[in-house]
Order: sequence, then structure tokens, then C-alpha cells
Amino acid sequence: MKDIFNITFLIALLSASIRLSVPILFAALGGMYSEKSGVVNIGLEGMMLVGAFAGVVGSYFTGSYWIGTIVAVLSGMLIAALFALITVKIKINQIVSGVAINLLAVGITSFFYRALFGITTVPITVNAFSPVSIPILSDIPIIGEILFKQTALVYIAFILVPISHYIFYKTSLGLNIRTVGEHPMAADTVGIPVEKVRTACVLISGALAGLGGSFLSLGQFNMFVDNMVSGRGFIAVAAVIFGKWSPTGVLMASLIFGVADALQIRIQMSGVSIPYQFLLMFPYILTVVAVTGIVGRTTSPKALGTPYEK
Amino acid sequence: MNTILRMVSISKYFGTLAANEDVNLEVKKGEIHSLLGENGAGKSTLMNVLYGLYQPDKGEIFFEDKKLNLRSSKDAIDLGIGMIHQHFMLVPVHTVLENIIMGMGKEKGLVIKEEKLKKEISEIAKKYGMEISLDSKVGNLSVGQQQRVEIVKALYRGAKLLIMDEPTAVLTPQETEELFTTLKIMAEDGMSIILITHKLKEVMFVCDRVTVLRDGKVTKTIDTKDTNELELARFMIGRELMPIERKQEYKVGEPILEIESLSHEGEKGEKSLNDISLTVNSGEVLGIAGVDGNGQKELAEVIVGLMKASSGTILLDGKDITENTIEEIVKMGVGYIPEDRHKRGLILDFSVSENLILKDYYKKPYRKTLFFDFNVINKHADDMISKYSIKTPGRHAEAKKLSGGNQQKVVVAREIHKLPKLLIAVQPTRGVDIGATEFIHQEIIKAKEDGAAVLLISTELSEINYLSDRIAVIYKGGIVGEMDKSDFDENRIGLMMAGAN
Repeated sequence: MKDIFNITFLIALLSASIRLSVPILFAALGGMYSEKSGVVNIGLEGMMLVGAFAGVVGSYFTGSYWIGTIVAVLSGMLIAALFALITVKIKINQIVSGVAINLLAVGITSFFYRALFGITTVPITVNAFSPVSIPILSDIPIIGEILFKQTALVYIAFILVPISHYIFYKTSLGLNIRTVGEHPMAADTVGIPVEKVRTACVLISGALAGLGGSFLSLGQFNMFVDNMVSGRGFIAVAAVIFGKWSPTGVLMASLIFGVADALQIRIQMSGVSIPYQFLLMFPYILTVVAVTGIVGRTTSPKALGTPYEK
Repeated sequence: MNTILRMVSISKYFGTLAANEDVNLEVKKGEIHSLLGENGAGKSTLMNVLYGLYQPDKGEIFFEDKKLNLRSSKDAIDLGIGMIHQHFMLVPVHTVLENIIMGMGKEKGLVIKEEKLKKEISEIAKKYGMEISLDSKVGNLSVGQQQRVEIVKALYRGAKLLIMDEPTAVLTPQETEELFTTLKIMAEDGMSIILITHKLKEVMFVCDRVTVLRDGKVTKTIDTKDTNELELARFMIGRELMPIERKQEYKVGEPILEIESLSHEGEKGEKSLNDISLTVNSGEVLGIAGVDGNGQKELAEVIVGLMKASSGTILLDGKDITENTIEEIVKMGVGYIPEDRHKRGLILDFSVSENLILKDYYKKPYRKTLFFDFNVINKHADDMISKYSIKTPGRHAEAKKLSGGNQQKVVVAREIHKLPKLLIAVQPTRGVDIGATEFIHQEIIKAKEDGAAVLLISTELSEINYLSDRIAVIYKGGIVGEMDKSDFDENRIGLMMAGAN
């Protein structure tokens, strides 16, 4: 406990925070696309799980973690397509549908894992991402260590933040998405195809959640275990709210959750005499606080959660 | 002038209901053409056909001599048909610029070139004398300004024909005048405008020609200079307007409702009612005029107990009811015709007979010990249906199956037949046809003559003028002035509605 705040500790903590925030960041960015268009995506958890599983399968059979990642993205989109069909086209309640997607994901990933690999005592391991040092930048003391010695997916996640910001606020595509989420009827009257935009946004959220899942299985653990996402999808949903539906806000929220997670692991390891269950709770308590609305509801897209009917 | 639009024998059916039957409409270039008709006459259906939202079952549309086959509103916009809906199609949290260009990605490119777009839009706005600030959030603009944004939005999309649905419903008289000036400039410039309305005065004032619809059919197309308001009313409702019957002698009595420096704060702490003092006497109608959203809803709801006052007192018949519950207030004899009959006035899934006893179902004679007495309830329903001439398939029909006018009659019947001491009527004839309007007006006058104190809250100045004995004007939650009916002056009230005293 005494040397908990020395510099090596801090570097390790922050570096881990970045890593731990990445799966949440991917999924939360995805969730933001969906929610900006007016579709609440509680199914992020399930989409991540499918991505995590598909990533391992892809990497196992091809030997390439990149192909694994692509398989994860496509699988995330596939299950998102199902979600879009139910919520956008058939207009079933979005929350209920999201819960169903999550349950479905737990079932099919466990089933196919056993169908493909049999019942194993030790999870099979696969080729996975290893850290890439960025020349010059990684030589910067402290910062280089924290930011620029990460895996490729980490860089992709962080680059997606400014890209999303640009799409949302500087392009007509983003304006269309925001309009659909705020006032679908107005969107309809100016000829924006509401259902197409929403479907596309849900697919993007599936792709990104799939990426987030594959980061867990190919960037952190090199394996798949049942239900390995364990709530990160829900934290991502909270991060969207906490981040007030803006890319930079979502980045901040994800980092906060990353730090919280990293901190609780390190406190556990340092042997502080707090029951570890309490520490495990920490990120989730943050989630509850976020969702119960210290941010207020006024900033949410107006049509969030309501299917569009002419 | 040559013709820009011809709609030829358009028919549109919903089930067995003919919303439009054999409708012909012709609009010339540079003309302001009124489409006049009651609610449910088929105006909106016809315009939705023209705007590509509905496909007609029969008939053809020619725009600039080309036959159209519209599949969506996008097709209509691309051809140069613009529509300004009664409820603005604007996103409050977007800037004016964003609202104007939204959905124009194909024409204007993927990346938003802000400076270039702003220049183009400002030029159009200036041409027609409309000042708008492109960086403001639309939610912060007044209704009149928002309407200007809608107009510029349509013009920027290259509209040659502009459809305006009841554009003056939300405006003060002065804003209305400004709008008409703008429309006239646009028409001189060669734009064609279709003005959907049921206000005869406006038709006569601003339009060149008028097409009148009744029950889905065209009853007349005529130049406005060849007709007058009375004749138009006849085309519209198919008979003469009946003047209201008023007793010459009845007496104005004691004060029934006395409001003393009443204030109310909204959720965010903003004052929606600010220090209001009013008195309504037995046997008189106090009309509250004002533009929608200036505290009318709050005033009514605070009195009936749906909202709590933050300060001030409300006396009913001398007793303080400021802290009383809704139930107690209802029992003390307050009738309330709410602004929104769907949300507050009726339970749409309940039958007509159930809706008629919503406030008395637990009382005798409607119940016998624990159970309803359906003989009494049914008889009551039948009595009300015939007395208030409610057109319904029967007493067991769900309220949602009735037309707007008949739904409103159910509310009026329930609130008036018990002879309330105080009757609060908020927009009692909104979205109601002329026949039902006449009827409801007559009932309100009758209630007053029977001794009720009536607080009439309406955004329709003509209604206020028609029914009130005294008139007060509300603006931003405060009363800006009060006058006797004999001092009624539309100009002065219009200015007060915009906050001038």
C-alpha cells in the first residue's frame, strides 16, 4: 500500500486504464450511433459477446487475428441486423428487444463454442494482438509508455472519436442521423429515409460492439469464455448517457470507467482489507449513478426509444 | 397567368370513407389560392396527396404541365412543391442553418460547407424581407420566427408552389399581417401559394381565388372578389350560419372565482404564471386572450388542482381552494373543458357512456351499493346523446371512434349538464367543425345565463370576442390588460398579445 502512488505504479495504472476503457469505448461509440438515430440499444452487451466469440473463431480457423476481427465485426452486424429488423421494421419495444438479443447472444455463443470446440477444461487460446510501439511517440517519457505502446485496436478506438465527431457535426450524413433521432417526422417531410438511417445506425453499433468484443477476446485475454463481456455492454450504454450522446463525452465516460476498473484491480492486488466484491462493484456503481441521471434527461435525443409511425 | 398545378378528379378512400371524391383543383402561377373547408372536409388528405405522402386511388396530378407520379415527399420537394405543416417540422435543438439544410445531402454534398450555405440562404431570406439569424437554436425562436425558418427552408429547396397549413393559427394579429405581406411579395415574384384555412376573413383578405371543400367534394371554386364571407360560409357548411340565441335579461351576480396574485413555477424554476389577479362573477364570461403557450394551460390547471401554485390564493365562492385536491375541487362544482380532449378530457378506449360519468361513476344513482347500475348509466348516456346531439354509433361506441367535434360534445355534455358554479373552458372549439362550434358556443352561453361563472381561455380572438363579457390578455404568464367587451379592439388586443401594454 505504501508505494501505491509511485511513478511506475501510475504508468501501469493509466496504461491499464486505457486498455480497459477500449472495449467500452468501442461499444459506447456504437451505441451512440444507434441512440443518436433514436434507437435505444440495450443489446450492446449481446453484440459484444457475439463479437468476442466470432473473433476467437475467426482467429482459430485462419490463424489471423485480423481476419478474426473482421469476422467479429460482421457477426456483430449480423445480430444487429436482427435487432434492427425487430425494432425499426416491426417496431417492437426497443428495451425488451435488447434484452432478448442479450439472452440470445449468451445462448448461441455458449452453444456454438461447445459445438465447435467440445467441452474443454482449459479454454482454447488463439493468436491475438500484441502491442505495437509507435516510433518516436512511444519514446516520450511516461506519455509514450501509457499511450503509444498499445495494440492496434486501441489506436483504432481512439481515432474513431474525432472521426465520429466529424461525421455527426460536419457532414450531412450526421445531420440526417441527428434529425431522425430528434424529430423523425420532420426528417420524413424533407425526404430523409427514417427507417434506412436507423437501420444503418443500428448496424454500425453492431459492428463497433463486435469490435469491442473482439478486443476482449483477441486483445486482452486471447480466448473465449462463456459470458466474458460480463456487463461491459451495459456500462457502454451508461457511458453513452454519461457522455451526453457526444463522441468526446463518450470518450471521457469510457476513460472514467477504465480508470475505475484499473484502480479496483490494483487495489485488490495491493491487498487492502476491503472485501474484493465491493471493489468489483465500483464501476457498476458509477454506472448506476450515471443512469439515474446526474446528467439529466434533457440532452437525450427527443425521439429516443420511440418507433416511427407515419 | 398560366397554370402551375392541376389536380384532376382526385379520389382517395380510407376503407369505405371517401376523404376526397372527384376533387379538381387548379392553381395559377403567382396566385394565392385558398383551400377552404371544415375539419374533416378533406383538405389535409388532398394536400398529402399533392405532397406525395398519400397515393390517390383515382385521378391525375399535373405540375407545370407534366403528369406526376409521386411516391414520397422527397419527389414532391424535388419538383418544387413545398409544404409548411401546421405543427412545424423543425428540430428545436438544431440551429436554423441545420434545420434549413437537413436532408439536402444529395444536392449540397456530404461535407457541410457552412459559409457558402449561409450566404445562399441569407440572400433568399433578404429577398423576401425576412431576417433570420442562422446560428440561433430554433428552440429559442418565437413562433413567428420559426415560421419564417419554415418558409426559407421551403424556398431554399426551390419551392415554386408552397402549401401552408393553417399558418395563422399560432400567430398574433400583427405576426399574421407580417406573414401576409411576405406571402404577397412572394406571389408577385411568381410563387404560387396554397393557403389551407377555415378562417373566412383571411381568405377574403389575402387570397386571389378560393376552392371550397365539403365532405370530400369541391363545392365551389371562385375568385374572392366575386364573393363574400357569408357566401363562403354557406359553401363550406352547406347552410346558413345560425346566430347565437342570447337572453336579454339575466343577472350578473356575486364573484365566484377570485384569484389573488397567483404564481406558478415550471420544472426548471421559470415562472409560467406571474402574479395573476382575476375575478369572474356568476353569470358572466371572462375571456382570456393570448398566443398559445403564454401560461393559459398552467392557469387552467392550477385552478382545477392539476398543478400546484407556488404563491397566491384562489377563492371559489369565498372559500380558499389553493391547497385542495382535484377531487374536492370537482365536488365543489367546477366544470373543466380541457385544452386537449385526447389527453385530459376523455379516455379514448372507454365508451361514450363511460366517458359521460367519469366524474360521477362512484356516486348514486350510477351505483347501487358496490355495483354499477347500468340501467341508470345507459339512460343517462342516451339522454346526453340526444340532448347534446352527439353523433355516435351508439352509447357503447369507444370515444376514439367519434369525430373530433362529437368527442368534444361528450366532454361539454359531461362538464355542463351538472350546472357547474365555475366553468373553465380552454380552447373549447379547437379542431371542431362549425356545426359543433356553434353548438358548443350556445351551450357556454346557456351555462352563463344559468348563473355559471365562465373562464374562457382561447387563442381565437373571434371566439373571445363572440362569447366574452370581459376580456383579459395573457402574455408570458402575466395579465397585461383587461377590458370590457364594449372596448374590444382587435389591434389593441393584438399588441397586448405581443406584450405591449
